[in-house]
Amino acid sequence: MHPLRKQRLQLVILLVVAAALVVGLVVYMLRENGNYFYTPAQIISGEAPQNTFLRAGGMVVAGSILRSEDSLWVQFQVTDGIETLTIEHTGILPDLFAEGEAAIASGKVDENLVLQATQILAKHDEKYTPPEVADAMNEAYKRQQEGYSLEDAEGSLSQGAEGSLYQNAEGSLSQGAEGSLYQNAEGSK
Amino acid sequence: MTAEFGHVALIVALCLSVVQAIVPMVGSFAGYRTWMRLGHSLALGQLVFVAISFVCLTMAFLQDDFSLQYVANNSNTLLPTQFKISAVWGAHEGSLLLWALILALWSAAVALFSRHLPLELSSRVLSILGAISVGFGLFILLTSNPFARILPFSPTEGGDLNPLLQDFGLIVHPPMLYMGYVGFSVAFAFAVAALIGGQFDSAWARWARPWINSAWVFLTIGITLGSWWAYYELGWGGWWFWDPVENASLMPWLVGTALVHSIAVTEKRGAFRSWTLLLAILAFSLSLLGTFLVRSGVLTSVHAFANDPERGVFILAFLGIVVGSSLLLFALRGPTVQSQKGNGDVASYSGLSREMMLLLNNVLLVSSMAMILIGTLYPLIADVLDLGKISVGPPYFNFFFVPMTLGLMVAMGFAVFSRWKKTDAQLLRQKGMIPFLLSLSAALVLPLFLAESLSWESYSLIAVITLGASFWVVSMSIEDLWQKLSRSGFRWHNIGKLSASYWGMQCAHIGIAVCALGVGLSSVYDVQKDVRMVPGDRLTVAGYEFSFDRLDPVQGPNFVASRGQISAYKNERLVATLYPEKRNYKARNQVMTEAAIDPGLTRDLYVSLGEPLKGDAWAIRLHVKPFVRCIWLGGLMIGLGGLLSVLDKRYRRRRQPKTQAAETTLEVAAQ
Repeated sequence: MHPLRKQRLQLVILLVVAAALVVGLVVYMLRENGNYFYTPAQIISGEAPQNTFLRAGGMVVAGSILRSEDSLWVQFQVTDGIETLTIEHTGILPDLFAEGEAAIASGKVDENLVLQATQILAKHDEKYTPPEVADAMNEAYKRQQEGYSLEDAEGSLSQGAEGSLYQNAEGSLSQGAEGSLYQNAEGSK
Repeated sequence: MTAEFGHVALIVALCLSVVQAIVPMVGSFAGYRTWMRLGHSLALGQLVFVAISFVCLTMAFLQDDFSLQYVANNSNTLLPTQFKISAVWGAHEGSLLLWALILALWSAAVALFSRHLPLELSSRVLSILGAISVGFGLFILLTSNPFARILPFSPTEGGDLNPLLQDFGLIVHPPMLYMGYVGFSVAFAFAVAALIGGQFDSAWARWARPWINSAWVFLTIGITLGSWWAYYELGWGGWWFWDPVENASLMPWLVGTALVHSIAVTEKRGAFRSWTLLLAILAFSLSLLGTFLVRSGVLTSVHAFANDPERGVFILAFLGIVVGSSLLLFALRGPTVQSQKGNGDVASYSGLSREMMLLLNNVLLVSSMAMILIGTLYPLIADVLDLGKISVGPPYFNFFFVPMTLGLMVAMGFAVFSRWKKTDAQLLRQKGMIPFLLSLSAALVLPLFLAESLSWESYSLIAVITLGASFWVVSMSIEDLWQKLSRSGFRWHNIGKLSASYWGMQCAHIGIAVCALGVGLSSVYDVQKDVRMVPGDRLTVAGYEFSFDRLDPVQGPNFVASRGQISAYKNERLVATLYPEKRNYKARNQVMTEAAIDPGLTRDLYVSLGEPLKGDAWAIRLHVKPFVRCIWLGGLMIGLGGLLSVLDKRYRRRRQPKTQAAETTLEVAAQ
């Protein structure tokens, strides 16, 4: 082979191998580090994986924000209109975090189906709703509309929603709060 | 009436740009010199009309004309005057008008400073710039008219500018960034004109190079300012989030950096020709992609809040036309460009040469760009394909970007020493020995002093690598400088003999090292504590004792705030008194955190008020950030380096000996 051609061939082979390696790595890293968004309904129904880093969000339920007396531990609930998810976090909440507003949390879901959040995101300005939350709310609205047309579905939906709200409020106040306080104290150092 | 004047001026500007897009181009093919010359005056005319339009919008803001939808949404009678002006580009419509204004500025600069170029080339360049402004003019007028009125029921008070944007950073950051973004349109136009004309040689590279470098300088400064703004204004001490909007500006910068290096090879050695063309096309395409991502609202991002599919489709179509047609042209004409042998011994270089080093630089930069592009677009693609709503986090980006940057820095040290065509490996080994040992020892020893305590746990490997790479770049640069100065015995006056572009290269390379040092050390030694404090509390963070003295209410022009007073002590001595604020902007009822920073070269003290808790208690974030300022200092040095190379004498020398046009003096746009 002509030396120049040989050199070019080597270069091409090298490039192809390098490109294949890079593509493999990229796909792997995207899988590892892509955080999926789940709606509260998906998490409560067990559809979302536990102990995996993920994002979840919804509208912050009025009256659900609970602050610890002597630390930055906070607990609140978000809803997508179907289910209500309890989120716990230790730290400062963003400026635009408020009851009735959209919020997104990233973290891991524990065995009590409580999201232990490492980061809370609220809106960027007062007109903005995160698209994920907007989609989830729309979806819930649609499902509820369908639900009313089917009598059975209606019953189960409304019951389920109520039941879960109640459960969460009760369960998290007594159990969850203590548990997570302990966890945080342990986890921080 | 002001608004209507502005609107009409914008329409006139659009009409002018249509003529500018067609007439000089047709003239260049038909050989009508008068038609070709028309492009120059049209570009100036277009600038005048876009400027009128821009001034009209500014007037509307200053006069609180809330019958304009855009003004009503983004201003308020209580807004301080400087922010009324910066509010002009504070949201979608106005920022596009700024885009158009800057494009007109660049076009006019090309028209004024390109008299030494062959008329055929300059007329085509202006014609392509005209075509781009047609696209943007239509976009503004059809989908994002800033002069749209709300009549007859116009509000008496405006909705106020987003408080995050009421800041000095926003006054300067977007214009700088756009100067960079849009500046690449000139590079693009030069590339396309070269492809059309088939003339692409070292002379072309010398003409295009100052334009490319100046666009790159603006983009560098723009990104640096943006990062600095995010650091102090978002209130939580982060300076880069790998947010799609940030990535959108970093991608053209990476390609631009590759282009700045590759065109150097084209100018000096006549090599890398079609690659340079491709990079010029790519840089502008990525700028447009950035505009699309930011302006169409396709992103699930904290930044992108514009949401209007009509706009997205328009930009996407525009992007498609620009990228598609230029790549098609490249595919058709590229091979002829490559086979053109302009200055003799083109493109022969060995495995170890400056060309090879610059090729490595280009490969690494373009690969980093590709990784960032994939990470940025993947969530969008997944969403479109219904694979779920994914967000790609910083670990992905850091995993690729950090090693590639380190690789770049290692290569950078050698590259300074390497020679064109062939470098003696022995020489490199010899010259690299002292810097290598120096940086190795610095890297191993310094972390001992930087850490809080002398222990294995606090000895950081990342710090070792960062210090090693940075010292390597700096010491290799200094050794090269020393060698250049003492070629025949050291003489101080040799300093004057070195060219401005050499100083520029040195400055930019050391800037990279300084920036990397800041990034590495601040992320390793950063200490952050979120705490609950009541006035009177004291707390020690990283050797600094913070005392929460008191909290006062403050009345601002368009906000009310709680202002904390926090004193920082080191070894019982008062170092700084910090006044972080929590503001409530009345018009939007929006809460804002104003961090208080005590800046320093080796460390920043950063304090922000979180939220009020029960009683007098507040959630407070206390931050000690070592060397964080080096990040922006490095960024500015990189920009300054680029500026120095733009100012190099050789771009101001008269050229073009073939024609009489050489008589006209040339002043390269160095603004």
